[in-house]
Amino acid sequence: MSAVTWARRRSALARFWQQYRRQRAGVVGAVVLLVFVVLAVITPLITDRTGMDVTKATGDKMAPPSLEFLLGTDESGRSILLMILWGSRVSLLIGFLSALLSMVIGTVVGIAAGHFRGWASATLMRITDWFLVLPSLVLALVLSAILGGSTSTIILAIGITSWASTARLIRAQTLAVEARPYIERSKALGAGHWHVMTRHVLPNVAPLVLANTTLQVASAIVAESTLAFLGADSGQASWGQLLRGSYDWGAATAGAWWYILAPGLCIVAVVLAFTLCGRAMEAVLNPRLRGVSR
Amino acid sequence: MATPLETEPAAVQTAAGPGEDRPAYRGTLRYALTKLGGALLSIGMVIVATFFLFRLIPGDPVIAYTRDVPLSPDQIELLRRQMGLDKPLMQQFADFVLRTLQFDLGTSYEYKRPVTDLIGERVGPTLLLTGVGLFIAVSLGLWQGTRAAWHHGGRLDRFSTGVSLVLWSVPTFWLGLLLLMVLGAGIGPIPGLFPTRGMESVDAPDGFGYVLDVAHHMVLPCLTLVAVVYAQYLLVMRSSLLDEIGQDYVTTARAKGLRDDMVRRRHAIPNALLPTVTLVFIHIGFVVGGAVSVETVYSWPGLGLLFYEAIKGPDFAVMQGTFMVVCVAVIIMNTLADVAYHVLDPRVRSA
Repeated sequence: MSAVTWARRRSALARFWQQYRRQRAGVVGAVVLLVFVVLAVITPLITDRTGMDVTKATGDKMAPPSLEFLLGTDESGRSILLMILWGSRVSLLIGFLSALLSMVIGTVVGIAAGHFRGWASATLMRITDWFLVLPSLVLALVLSAILGGSTSTIILAIGITSWASTARLIRAQTLAVEARPYIERSKALGAGHWHVMTRHVLPNVAPLVLANTTLQVASAIVAESTLAFLGADSGQASWGQLLRGSYDWGAATAGAWWYILAPGLCIVAVVLAFTLCGRAMEAVLNPRLRGVSR
Repeated sequence: MATPLETEPAAVQTAAGPGEDRPAYRGTLRYALTKLGGALLSIGMVIVATFFLFRLIPGDPVIAYTRDVPLSPDQIELLRRQMGLDKPLMQQFADFVLRTLQFDLGTSYEYKRPVTDLIGERVGPTLLLTGVGLFIAVSLGLWQGTRAAWHHGGRLDRFSTGVSLVLWSVPTFWLGLLLLMVLGAGIGPIPGLFPTRGMESVDAPDGFGYVLDVAHHMVLPCLTLVAVVYAQYLLVMRSSLLDEIGQDYVTTARAKGLRDDMVRRRHAIPNALLPTVTLVFIHIGFVVGGAVSVETVYSWPGLGLLFYEAIKGPDFAVMQGTFMVVCVAVIIMNTLADVAYHVLDPRVRSA
C-alpha cells in the first residue's frame, strides 16, 4: 500500500482516538480491561501454580477472607484469589478467541451475502437467519457435549453459535458501501469480485467489525461461564468453572459468599468493560448514533 | 431473498415493490405463506442438523446412548439393529426423519421411557415459569423504557440505561446464585424467605393452598429471569420510542396543543410498541437460554432442567429430543410474531 494511504489511515486513527477519548464510559472500560489483561499476563510471574493443586492446598476448608487468603478459600482449602487470577487467563483467552472466530465467520458471510446476488446470497442469508433464530446457548451446549470438553471445542461451540448477528450487520453495511459510485467506477475499470470485496468493502466495514467484536467478546465470556456452569467445561479452571464448584459444594446455602461473589464480580466487571468499550466505539464510528446515546 | 427475518422493520418498506394495486389481504396472505415456507425450511434444517450432529459423537453410538447399562454382546447387536445402525446412512436418515415427523423421539435409557413422554411432563412448568416471567419482564421493560425515552437524558434515563447495561453483563446463573444465597438460604441477619429448589413442597396442600405453594417456589426463579431479560426490552423500547419522538407527526400533535401525556399515549407509544414487541419475540431464543440456567440453579422441574440433566448424563436421546423441541418451538414463535407484525402494522403492509 502506498505511503499516502498509510498517512490517511494514521490521521483517521488519530481522529478516532480523539473522539473516543471524549466518551467517558469508554475510557473507564478500557482502563478496567487493561488492568485485567495485564494481571492475567503477569499471573505466572507473581504467583505459584502449585497452590491450584488440591493436594497441596494450605488453607482451611471454605474459610472466609483473611489476611493470608484475601478472598477466602474453596472447599479444599485453595485460595480463591489465586484461582481467580489463573482463571482470568482461561476466561479471557476463550472470550477473545471465540469472538475472533465468530467475527471471521460473520464478516466473510456478511460481505459475501452483500456482494453477490441471487441464490448464493439467498442461501447465505437463509443460514444466517437460521442461526439467528435458534437459541445459541442450547446449540452451544449440544455442540460441546457432542465434541467433548476441551478449550478448543468450547471456543468452536461459542464461535459457531454467535456469528449470525455480525453477518447481518456486515451485510447491511456492505450493501450501503456497494451502492456508492466509486465501486461502479472500480468495476468499470475491470475490478473482479475479490478486488472489490477485499480492497473496497473490507476497509469500509473494518471499523464496524472491530466495534462489534468488542461487544462479541463480552457475550462470549458470559457464554463461556454459562457453559462451564451447565457442565460443558473446558477442563481448565475458568471463572465459570469456579462458580460451578461453588454450586456443587453448596456455597450458597452454606453462606460462603466470598466463593460466589468474587468470581461473579470479575465476570461482570470484564463483560461490562468490554460492553462500554464497544458502545463507545460504535458511538464514534456510527454517526447515526451520535447525539442520541450519551 | 427467500424469507429474511427482518429485525429492522424499516427495511421491509423499501423492499416491497410488486402487488401495490392488489387488495391488501392478498399481500398479507402471500407474506404469511412465504414466512410459513421459511419456517418449514428452518424446521427441516433443524432435523437434518440434529441427525448429522448426533452422528459426530465419538465411539459406538449404542454404548453412548445406553451409558452405564451393562450389556452383553448379543444385546448390543440387538440394539444396533433396533437403532437401525446396521443400515446404510441414507436409510438411517430417512428412518430418523420419518420417526421425528411422527413425534417419536426415541427412548431414554437413563429413564427407560420414551423421550416424548418425558418432554410432555416437563413442558408445563417451563411454560408457567417463562410465561409469567416474560409477562412481567415485557410490561416492566416497556413501561420503564417509555419513561426513560420520554425524559431522554434525564436522571431516570441515565439510571435505567446504566442498570440495563449491568444486568446485561450479569450471567443469569450467577444472579440466580446470588438471589439463592441472599433470599433463599438467608445470610447473616437475613432469614431464608423463599424455597431454594423445586416447584412444590413435599407436603403441599391441595386446592388454593397448592397454588400459593407453587407461587412461593416461583418467586426466585421468576425474579432472576425477569431481571435478566427485562433489560433488553427496556433498551429496545427506549430506542424505538426515541426514533418516533423525532418524527413530524409528534411535533404536529404537540403543535395542535395536545397535552404531553396524550401525545405520548395516543401517538408515539402505539407506533413504537409494534417493532418492540416483534423484537421481543424474535429474541425468544435468548429467553430460552436464560430459562435453562434459571431452571438448573433452582432445580425447577422444566424442560431446561431435563436438558441440563441430559447434558450432564450424557443422555443423548433426551438431549436430541429436547434440542429439537426447543428449536422448533422458537422457530414457530418467531414466525407467528413476524406474521402478526405484518398484519398489525399498516405501514409495513401498504408500503
